[in-house]
Amino acid sequence: MVTDEQLSAIKGAKVLMVGAGGIGCELLKTLALSGFQDIHIIDMDTIEVSNLNRQFLFRQSHVGQSKAKVARDAILKVRPNINITPYHANVKDPDFNVDFFKEFSVVLNGLDNLDARRHVNRLCLAAGVPLVESGTTGFLGQVTVHVKGKTECYECQPKPAPKTYPVCTITSTPSKFVHCIVWAKDLLFAKLFGDKNQENDLNVRSTDSSGSSEHVEDVFEWKKDEDIEAYGKRVYDHVFGYNIEVALSNEDSWKNRNKPRPIYIKDVALTEVTQQNGDPDKTSVSGDPLSVSAMTILGLKNPQDVWGLAENSKVFLEALKLFFLKRAKEIGNLSFDKDDQLAVEFVTAAANIRAASFGIPLHSLFEAKGIAGNIVHAVATTNAIIAGLIVIEAIKVLQNNEKNYRMTYCLEHPARKMLLMPVEPFEPNKSCYVCSETPLWLEINTKRSKLRDLVEKIVKAKLGMNLPLIMHGSALLYEVGDDLEEDMVANYTANLEKVLAELPSPVTGGTILTVEDLQQELTCNINIKHREEFDEEKEPDGMVLSGWTQPVVSKNGDMSKENGASTSNTSQAVSVEAEEDDDIEMLPAVGAPAGKKRKLSEDSNFAGSDLPSVVDDSEAIAMLDENGERKKKRVQ
Amino acid sequence: MDGEELTEQETALYDRQIRVWGVDAQRRLSKSHVLVSGLNGTAVEFCKNIILAGVGSLTLNDDRLVSDELLSANFLVDQNISSEKPLAELCCDSLKDFNPMVRVLVQKGDLSSFGVDFFEKFDAVVVSCCSLKAKKLINEKCRKSSKRVAFYAVDCRDSCGEIFVDLQDYIYSKKKVDEMEECRLQYPSFEEAIAVPWKSLPRRLSKLYFAMRVIEIFESQNGRNPGQTSAADLPVVLNLRKELCETQSLSESQVPDTLVERLLAGTREFPPVCAIIGGILGQEVIKAISGKGDPLKNFFYFDAMDGKGVIEDLSPENK
Ligand SMILES: [Zn+2]
Repeated sequence: MVTDEQLSAIKGAKVLMVGAGGIGCELLKTLALSGFQDIHIIDMDTIEVSNLNRQFLFRQSHVGQSKAKVARDAILKVRPNINITPYHANVKDPDFNVDFFKEFSVVLNGLDNLDARRHVNRLCLAAGVPLVESGTTGFLGQVTVHVKGKTECYECQPKPAPKTYPVCTITSTPSKFVHCIVWAKDLLFAKLFGDKNQENDLNVRSTDSSGSSEHVEDVFEWKKDEDIEAYGKRVYDHVFGYNIEVALSNEDSWKNRNKPRPIYIKDVALTEVTQQNGDPDKTSVSGDPLSVSAMTILGLKNPQDVWGLAENSKVFLEALKLFFLKRAKEIGNLSFDKDDQLAVEFVTAAANIRAASFGIPLHSLFEAKGIAGNIVHAVATTNAIIAGLIVIEAIKVLQNNEKNYRMTYCLEHPARKMLLMPVEPFEPNKSCYVCSETPLWLEINTKRSKLRDLVEKIVKAKLGMNLPLIMHGSALLYEVGDDLEEDMVANYTANLEKVLAELPSPVTGGTILTVEDLQQELTCNINIKHREEFDEEKEPDGMVLSGWTQPVVSKNGDMSKENGASTSNTSQAVSVEAEEDDDIEMLPAVGAPAGKKRKLSEDSNFAGSDLPSVVDDSEAIAMLDENGERKKKRVQ
Repeated sequence: MDGEELTEQETALYDRQIRVWGVDAQRRLSKSHVLVSGLNGTAVEFCKNIILAGVGSLTLNDDRLVSDELLSANFLVDQNISSEKPLAELCCDSLKDFNPMVRVLVQKGDLSSFGVDFFEKFDAVVVSCCSLKAKKLINEKCRKSSKRVAFYAVDCRDSCGEIFVDLQDYIYSKKKVDEMEECRLQYPSFEEAIAVPWKSLPRRLSKLYFAMRVIEIFESQNGRNPGQTSAADLPVVLNLRKELCETQSLSESQVPDTLVERLLAGTREFPPVCAIIGGILGQEVIKAISGKGDPLKNFFYFDAMDGKGVIEDLSPENK
């Protein structure tokens, strides 16, 4: 099995594991059994009850403790002679800099969010350390190998953007339960318990906007002498009754839609709720404010039950009351947290009442929590399999066994008889701004072209930047952002219309411009080369960018715009996102295969059979986050 | 759905997996009983998975005394331990902590000497590093039970693994778009499956299948314990391969020397493969107990050399 060379590579390796969660626990165990002697683990998380079904190194008694430290102690009990160094910290902490990463032979990711993955990818590239990346959701998973200059980096392929919904769907015309959840969580919950200064679209726009906004301010304010029950009912009637009436008055919205039904508290038969086993004195299981529960008071026990309108209304009123009476100090600072029982109860009830109003099927608290908290489905078996595959790849990486590197998909349904499907990794994408080392050159007529031309035709259209910042040395020539001073904006607008050579800090042949997008965390340098004439037909832009590969537009002409140039000439395996109905949604392939296709590993079993790319027609593949919650948005 | 509801504690603990397979499946799991015999690294991985999943009980069977070799891929017990306790008891002590809601028990003795009434108590029986004879015998006893007892045999050699599944006459539900569809599969026993003439098998069948059968027969003819082989056995095993291939009219190239040698020599378990095979096996047992999802029929192969995890259907009617 393990050859002497493999064994000495394993024994001499210093390994960095990022993440000690679902994949991390399995990985640490498999590394230790496989003979690794020096393992470092970074994880900022502490142990939660919902981890225990799969993060097998943790016990009930460990809840609240550092994952990295408890995982270390657990493994040392059975393999006392190895070195495990835990860091209870965020991998994005400045301590974990390029020099830190350089100490390792290989980095193994078992992370739960895109942001940290991108961060680790960049550090690995900067430090020149190979990265084995992984992800699971439910029965799906994948392992990929990223070695600078040999295989694609984690960011060579565009990643799917998190799902977002149009504002008016949320505020006025919900058609799915998830719309009601977003409304309850991001609008109503935020309005009542969150930062009052935040903009909030809770109220539907009426024709009489000035009048209604006056009205609004009053409604959400709990008046000094007001009975809390009366306040709750007033809020209820406003959001589920009055606001729906206002929306209905806008006839145009309902020509092709079912009209919603306004719901007022007086119409709901609250007495229907049977108060079985309810304990009015018992508001929380422990003294912990996060376990204050309206369900407990109302005697509702099973989070799997779908409550009717009356039960939801009771939960709504009770939860609202409990927030004001038991958690008054937090009001104004709260944001939704899936581990906050009362918040989950409130959001479930509010979403269900809204769903009832719009004729959308109601859901249980369990389901609502999953949707509101973006909870990724996870089981131990997939994590164990993925961890095994990570170690197999890590051993190859340690031996520089390049030709045998594989990315492997773990599938739920077999494709070509396979549940575990290896494919050859891609070469680096030459137009990837993260891992590409090719310098950019721009031939341009600096005496005729304006800064606007450069911004539109190059920075936005080719480099795919959204919020670019352009610098010449230390002089800022251009910048976009919400928080800019007015005079700066005027300054930049003026610059846009100036010819490059006449800018305050003139751009001429030999100038090196730095272009940065802070949002995308991308920086590139452009060497400017002055040129007088351009061929109008062949060079219609009047400028030529080199050191950058034109993305191939797919046959159907459908090229993703979001990541601009990084939509590559490679066909990417598909992404999967956890959807609102607990199903796995298969997203279509991004980009198009252009010449290169992911090939199945060579195998005589398949010799002679025509095996095209596995991504064209077979199973879709996942790239997912284990264990936790997908970050709602990238860092802005 | 019949039966009691899950407790609050169960709902909290199993939250993430209920989101994968649903409450009904979780309820069935919590009422199920699983037996595992032969506690090598792969079986231990399986035990961990099935305990975390929340079965009702898990019964362990392995009377061997611990040794350094035996514990090389076992993450439950300190490899340097010296103990008079049999392996099953040591594993039981550790596995109990994994999930307080699962009963972990030890059953001493030689499984192949037990009667049908013993196997009847279980919903799934898993045997690991088990001889050819014992596999057939235990499989038959599971089949004779009054209720369906799922049978699994698992073997890992070098960096390769094999899983055999017998769910007998199996009916399960499968999600088709929005509705549940009822499906039915007929499984052959281990004896029936391996009796299928080699020349009638699909041509692209995993070579591991043949290599495993040859070595299994070698061990049984030479009174070896499962896995008790070395590279020195190669000449004898290659002779046996020649004989078998001739009788079965199969080209010897379907059972490559290098593969046979790897399997004979690689007697120390490879932990990543234990994790992979133990993971697939865990998933299959969960599927069979919960009656949810396509189970694999009826062999699974993984080889770390090519990285493929392949399902092979070897049934007499499948000619
Ligand atoms: Zn890249």
